[in-house]
Amino acid sequence: MEEIVANFFNAEIATAALPLVASGILNTILLSLMVIPLGLAAGLVLAVLAQSKNPLVRWPLMAWVDFFRAFPPLVLLVLLFAGLPFMGLELGGFACVAVAFMLNNSAYYGEVLRAGIDSVPNGQIEAARSTGLSSTQAMTYVVLPQAVRNVLPDLLSNTLEVVKLTSLGSVVAVPELLFAARQAQSTTFNATPIVMAAVIYYAMLWPLVRLLSRLENRALAGRH
Amino acid sequence: MTKIVKAHAIHKHFGALHVLKGVDLEVAEKELVFVIGPSGSGKSTLLRCLNRLEQPTSGSIEVAGIDMLSPKTDINHARQHIGMVFQSFNLYPHMTALANVMLALRKVAGKGKAEAETLARAALERVGLADRGHHRPAELSGGQQQRVAIARAIALEPKVMLFDEPTSALDPELVGSVLEVMRGLRESGMTMIVVSHEMSFARAAADRVIFMDQGLIVEQGPPAAIFEQPTHERTRSFIGQIRQH
Amino acid sequence: MHSGAVLAVAGWNKFVETFFNAQVMAKYLPDILYGTLVTVELAVLIVIAGIGFGLVLALVRALAIRPLNWLIVFVVDLLRALPPLVIIVLLYFGLPSAGWSPSGFMSTWLSLTLVLMAFSEEIFWAGITSVHKGQWEAARSTGLSFGQTLIHVVLPQALRLTIAPLTNRTIAITKGTALGTVVALHEILGMASSAVSNSYNPSPLILGAAAYLVLFIPVVVVARRIETKFAWKK
Repeated sequence: MEEIVANFFNAEIATAALPLVASGILNTILLSLMVIPLGLAAGLVLAVLAQSKNPLVRWPLMAWVDFFRAFPPLVLLVLLFAGLPFMGLELGGFACVAVAFMLNNSAYYGEVLRAGIDSVPNGQIEAARSTGLSSTQAMTYVVLPQAVRNVLPDLLSNTLEVVKLTSLGSVVAVPELLFAARQAQSTTFNATPIVMAAVIYYAMLWPLVRLLSRLENRALAGRH
Repeated sequence: MTKIVKAHAIHKHFGALHVLKGVDLEVAEKELVFVIGPSGSGKSTLLRCLNRLEQPTSGSIEVAGIDMLSPKTDINHARQHIGMVFQSFNLYPHMTALANVMLALRKVAGKGKAEAETLARAALERVGLADRGHHRPAELSGGQQQRVAIARAIALEPKVMLFDEPTSALDPELVGSVLEVMRGLRESGMTMIVVSHEMSFARAAADRVIFMDQGLIVEQGPPAAIFEQPTHERTRSFIGQIRQH
Repeated sequence: MHSGAVLAVAGWNKFVETFFNAQVMAKYLPDILYGTLVTVELAVLIVIAGIGFGLVLALVRALAIRPLNWLIVFVVDLLRALPPLVIIVLLYFGLPSAGWSPSGFMSTWLSLTLVLMAFSEEIFWAGITSVHKGQWEAARSTGLSFGQTLIHVVLPQALRLTIAPLTNRTIAITKGTALGTVVALHEILGMASSAVSNSYNPSPLILGAAAYLVLFIPVVVVARRIETKFAWKK
């Protein structure tokens, strides 16, 4: 028992690792604040384009979405980080994470938002257009607000996954929370910093998990 | 005459709500008892206490000689003998009509597949749906679904049947087919307790009508007496309201 | 004009030489194939165990034993909140100090199985609770026991609702096998990365990427079909 405490819950090591871990938290938050809006924006573009009836637009979009649903984000990240320098392009870890996540999340957010837009009855657009709103205005003021509300659980669930995915940054030396924890762990030969990171992730994300679980249960129960 | 249902001093609380306030109900073999009353009067709850879908707070219930509230009673075995038909049919949507009827025959009554199928077909035939066995509930009309639900219950050869507003969810033109099946059951000597507002059916088929209000039985008697000369003001105004429909 | 075309051709040739180098690809193909095998093996074991344990947890939760349910909810929430990579790293680098050194394969399998278990428990549970109360009552009124009702009446309806979300979640989590590369697992990405550093050429990464697509594109296409077929009706 004492050994467990010394190796996993060591107060001395935790204190020493605190500054490093704290800067890791900050970077994880910054990273999230960067990749969530990027992914949402790219996804929104895809979702709106997907309303097109033209197969020349629809098919490539579907291929794009399926491609990124099949492709592990870490592979994409490593491909950018390790592959691009061979073309003389060194983006650095932070930028690689931004690009890789934007591509990956465009597919996921795109699918969610598309389903949301599809869930708004056509009559809403017709009513908006009949009052003289342009198609862009109808989309912005009438369709999208309802679409987002209809798929809010899925949007939040995806956002939770995005925040968790920022931990992949550690693989390409972005000093986010997991990277900082591993650094502290490898210099102290003690697992306490990683436990710290886990506890911090849990504390940050648990409220969202709880909220989601309520929303999801309600959404499923409402299907009858 | 032997009493097949003996319920005494039934009380039921839902939290602070006192839904049944000491109800006594005895039903004789082959009797058809009709229970009427405004919504919230406790009539559905009473029905659901009889097969212990609701656990009464206090009181005693004996059905077909089985003490329903004793912890020693195998409730699943006991329920075989008490058929129940619900307002919303509650057919299993993922199974055909035949499979709906067969499930309890196989799992509760322990019949083999062939025997269960024979019995299920016979039950469907009794409700006039011999040719619908392979249809899913979604492919049947409301009236047909409710008749399958009746077949599901009678296939187990219950000693008593409980009907909880069996026609309330049906379109008016489909009500007749369900009442027809219930009339047939009555003629075959089934003991039945029916919560419903189908007054003309009650008048024609019921042995006794019970009027419930606010968790108590207000009065009871033969249909003609209750419908034509109710002694209580509450009964009179309730029957007046129903007539206006 | 002419020299521009020559330059473009030369550039294209260099691009192909760098990223699609046939020689390098041929040399490392066996490595990538080996990695593919490891990925498939790992993915299959994760899917079977993760979904299996998730279903068991959901069924236990249906029994409505208070303290047990609190425990299930706590574990599920925890596993949904933690990034899978953090769990993998914790098991692989942390557990040895507690006296157990799981292999990279073991760490990755265990972590992703736990994560899939948590997500599928939530999905199964949502499915079970979504089945209308009347279904329980009808089944119980014919004498079916709690367990019989759950298995023959409720689960078949619940599972239908869970197929689409479960497929999507399963794909997302099994893609996480690539995370094993962080704990020295020789799956596709791990093999491709070491081939890149040995050959000073990124072609093996392209090969690895292709391997993932070959593995997962069919699954994604099937998932899309399932989604359409089992779309919520009513």
